[in-house]
Formats: sequence, structure tokens, C-alpha cells
Amino acid sequence: MSDSNLKRALESKKFVVTAECGPPKSADRTVIEKKAQLLKDWVDAANVTDNQTAVTRMSSLAACAILKSFGLDPVFQITCRDRNRIALQSDILGAYALGIRNVLCLTGDHQSFGNHPQAKGVFDLDSVHLIETVRKMRDEGKFLSGDELVGERPAMFIGAVENPFAPPYEFRALRLKKKVEAGAQFIQTQIVYNIQRFREFMARVGDLGLLDRVYILAGVSPIKTPGAAKYMRDNVPGLDVPNEIVERMEAAGKGIEDKKARAEAWRQEGIEICVEIIQQLKEIEGVSGVHIMAIEWEDAVPEIVKRAGLR
Amino acid sequence: MSANAEPKIVAFCCHYCAFAAADLAGVLRLKYPPNVHIIRLPCTGKLDALYVLKAFEAGADGVIVAGCLEGSCHFISGNIRAKKRVLAIKKLLPKLGIEPERLEFFNLSSAQGDRFAQIAREMVERVRVLKGGGGKFS
Amino acid sequence: MIVADQKPIEEILQMLEPYRRVLFLGCQSCVAVCMAGGEKEVGLLASAVRLARKSQGRPIEITEGAVKRQCDDEFNEPWRETIEQQEAVLSLACGVGVNKLSERFDLPILPALNTKFFGEVERQGVWTEVCAGCGNCILHLTGGICPIARCAKNLLNGPCGGVRADGTCEVLQNGPRPCAWVLIYERLGKLNQRQNIENIFTAKDWSSDRHGGPRRRVREDMLL
Repeated sequence: MSDSNLKRALESKKFVVTAECGPPKSADRTVIEKKAQLLKDWVDAANVTDNQTAVTRMSSLAACAILKSFGLDPVFQITCRDRNRIALQSDILGAYALGIRNVLCLTGDHQSFGNHPQAKGVFDLDSVHLIETVRKMRDEGKFLSGDELVGERPAMFIGAVENPFAPPYEFRALRLKKKVEAGAQFIQTQIVYNIQRFREFMARVGDLGLLDRVYILAGVSPIKTPGAAKYMRDNVPGLDVPNEIVERMEAAGKGIEDKKARAEAWRQEGIEICVEIIQQLKEIEGVSGVHIMAIEWEDAVPEIVKRAGLR
Repeated sequence: MSANAEPKIVAFCCHYCAFAAADLAGVLRLKYPPNVHIIRLPCTGKLDALYVLKAFEAGADGVIVAGCLEGSCHFISGNIRAKKRVLAIKKLLPKLGIEPERLEFFNLSSAQGDRFAQIAREMVERVRVLKGGGGKFS
Repeated sequence: MIVADQKPIEEILQMLEPYRRVLFLGCQSCVAVCMAGGEKEVGLLASAVRLARKSQGRPIEITEGAVKRQCDDEFNEPWRETIEQQEAVLSLACGVGVNKLSERFDLPILPALNTKFFGEVERQGVWTEVCAGCGNCILHLTGGICPIARCAKNLLNGPCGGVRADGTCEVLQNGPRPCAWVLIYERLGKLNQRQNIENIFTAKDWSSDRHGGPRRRVREDMLL
């Protein structure tokens, strides 16, 4: 029986819900504690991002440990941007020792996006290597170097990400296959707004025989304002935001003079769109759940989960 | 250079248009200041940035680069290339303690003798006003 | 070739401040091709510096020259007498030339250039980075397109999720660049070698790269 609640939930074939928990730009643990309380009853596991968009925040490892102490099953997001293979393997061992049982292996956003663009990006390994490394530690009891790991192995549930919405589109499912071959057991995808393209991707994933080898959680995210929708459409590489979504957001606030009321109307529409997408995702073969990324809006998660009928 | 001396202007002129215009100005007896020294180039595209800097080093207070109207360059696009080079040097000049207004690129046709005279007068006046005299190091 | 950029003239003037007699020495190979430090650029820079120093009222005596390759004693030695008469040398070569002159001449050797990368001539006036000098070339597997030099994250199992819709890299620091892995994918398609990227490339051994320490190559059979 695995200590990973996420693994158990996926194996039980229920439609799983995970959410993202953003750590603070400070040493204040109460920020994580509050988010933990908020998400606790609504998710099967919660991810902590690793210096997302290369902006320095409290470490994912520390925040995961805090979430664990509050009874959540954390997913330790770990990128290749800031640490070499020595530190990465070290952090996996440390995470396991602190009770963390899920790890999500990513390449990481380039440092030029963040608040320290002068930093040296490490990128000693890429995400595929990282997946292989964790699997090697867990299944063979060996480090990447081939050295024996002496003692308890980090029996992590290994996750990875894939983006069906970035070119070359025909290659994305194949790249997913590489990750599965490297040892990925669950995937969280980039945010889905373009359902049609996502369906095509899942069909290709099915053709490659991957649907019974890996659990796929589709990424979703509620939009707060039409400005946010436009920003994501125009400025975030790898995100596909169809124009109709932007139009819906704009329409939702039309005619409302009062700023507060308009902001609330936008938020409601953002959540509604998110819920609709989730309902469509439930119908797609191979989708085992959703990963809700309500960035700095974690309190939208319970409402989304409720309205989508997931709890 | 003393503050009272007349400014010296060097004018790099392309043979087909600007030089012809200068010639025409002469034929028409149009008045323009005698302190504009003309250097004939086959095309302003021959202008190397170094020519301009050497002109300043040799004591020029202002430099004119004059070529054909865009689209009419005898060598198709020599004047376009020259204009890019002149703009690049204009950006450099302030870093050397030289006002960028001392250098200018002009387009004109061989029939515009009057325009040539006007350009010459304009640059001499412009340079005279700078630094209250004519000498750039005053 | 090695591609370099000339430092902003303000920086060069600042470096030259203490000196009144300087040799500006360029190089006729890589930096001449990328129009940063060849004979022509030496002439321009010397003229500009003379003008600037004259504006400041602190004239400078500049000797101008260029050698075939500044990375080799053979070409630098003939300049010894001239160099020893200077207060400093402003080298317009790549960093290698500056290092080389510093080894042999006991006076300040100043870098006029910021040396950048190994690159190709894309077209006149444009040079792009294509090789990272990693010491372990895998170009036969990636259709001749280097993922270490041309991928901002040096991925071996790319692309990452950040590719823009037009196939350019998420990183815009040096202007829009094509995603190296999109290029590799397309080229391997043309060469019928797509299977190369269907298998996992193992983690890179960085010990042959700069990260393993400053490198040295020796040909025993060619030593005199």
C-alpha cells in the first residue's frame, strides 16, 4: 500500500483532483498553512511549485513538508533550472525523508523570465533525465552515477508534465512516450483552454498505447479578468487561449459600472469557463483527473470542485 | 580654432546628383558660403564611417553627406547604405564630445542647384550657432 | 568563428583614461569577419578615441595595427619593439588575443571587445551562435543542429513546453530565436532519421565541457 494518496486515488479509478499551491516570496510559513487549510478537503494531492517563472520563492521542498504536516499529500515540483544532478538527487532523498511521496519532474522556466535574469541557469539534466534518475534511485537503489544507494530508497510516485499546445504538435505525444519510458507514472498537462486540440493530443497518446501505462491529469485554470485572458493568449509561450474565451470574459463584465461588481462578474465567468472545460475533459478517454492551477486564487478551488461535481 | 574663425564644412557629394547640383549652383551663380569644401565620391555608398571621423580629425566643424533622392541612386541603393552609416555615426558623436547636428545626410537631385546652396548655407549657420562660435572645441 | 562585440565606447574611454600612448592592435581573422576588431575597426576606433580625448583636452597618441591572428606568438612577436614603447595596448582581438598578449608583454593589455560565442555568418551583419564547445559532439544524431548551443536550456530530450506558436523559443533575451528542437525535429524528418529522437538521449557528461575546468589539447606527435 503506497503512502501516496495521489497514487491510491488514481489506482482507485476515481476522477482525481490536484491543485497548485504557490509558496510565498518570504519565509512566512503561515501562508502555506492557510492554503493547506483551504485546499485540504477538496483535493487528492497538492503541488508546490519550484520557483515558478524563475521568481525566487520559499523552496518547494520546505513548503511540501509544511503541507504534509497539515495532512495533505504534497507533490514536490522539482525543476532542472536551479540545481545540478548532485543537488537534485540529494533533494529527492530529503523529500522522501520528510514524508513526501510524489515528485513532479520538470525542465523549468528559463531564468530570463524571473526576477534574477542574471542568474546562471544550471540545466545539468533535462526533465527526462530527472525522471530516469528518480526511477533508478527507487527501483535499482542506484544514483545516476551507478553508485549504490545504501539504505532506504526514495519510493516516489513519479510525475512529469507535457504541453499538447506547443509545436511541434505531432511530436508531443511521442515525447510523452519518452517520459513514460523513462519512468513517469502520472502526467499533469499544460492548461487546457483549447478542448479540440487536447482531444487530438489524447487520441495520439491512445494510438501510442500509453493510456494504460500512465495517468493523465489535464491542467485547468480559472481566469480572473479579460486582461489576464489576453495576457495568456499573447504573452505566455506554450499557452493556447482561443479567442472565444477572451470574448466571453469581456462580455461578462459589459455594462457593469461598479468596479467591484464587474470584477466579481469576471471571476464568476472565469470559474464557469473552468467548470465547463472540466466537464468536457471528463468525457475524454484517458483523462484520469484534473490539475487545478488557480494561481494566487487558491480559494477558487473549492468552488470549482463543487460546481464541477467532483466532490 | 578661435571662436571667430569661419566654420569649415566638408561635403561628401555623390558624382551623379549632389556634385552635379553643386556644379549647377555654380553655373547659376547661386550664392553659398565659400567655406564648404566639396569632396566628390562616385556614390555616397562609397562613404566609409572613417571618412567622416577623419574629416572631423582634420579640423572640419561640420560634415555634409549628400546623395541622390531615394529610388534614384545611380548604383541603386548606395544612398540607402550611406544613410544608415551616417545615422550610426550621429549616434556615436555625442560620446566623443561632438554634437550630432554637425553631421547630416541629405538627398537631392542633380537639377536642384538651389537646394544644394540651401543645404550649404543651412549647415554653416547650424555649426556657427553651436558652442556660440564655429570651432567645435571652443 | 569566434564572434565578439565592441565594448561601448564609454567603457573603452574609461579603460584608456590613465594612458597617453597606446597601441590599438586588431586581429585579421574571426573578429575582422564579424566586423568588430579588424584593421578597419581599429582605424575607426582610433579616430573616434582621438576625437573624444581631444574634446576632453587630454590628447592621446595612438599607434594602429592588426595582426593576422593574435592567438599566436608568431604574429605578435614582430610587434614587440612597438609594444614595449607603449603605456598600454588596447587589443581588438577576442579574449584569446588579450590573454596571449598578457602572457608575453609586461604592460596592461586592455580588451576592446566582449567576446561572445562560436558562430556562423547568417548573412552580412548577422552572426549567430551554433556551437558551445562542449567537447563531446553529437551533431551526427541531431541532424547537425546543436542542442547545447542553440537550446537555451541545453535539453537533450527537447523541446520543452515553452515553444511559442511560431516555433520560436520562449527565451527572448537575444531576440526571437527558432526553437532548436523544432529545427532538429524538422531536419531529422528530411533526413529520415526521426528515430534518433524517439529514443532517450542519456544525461550529458559535462566534464568535457568548460565546466570540467579550463581545457588543453596536446598533439604529442607534433611537439618539437
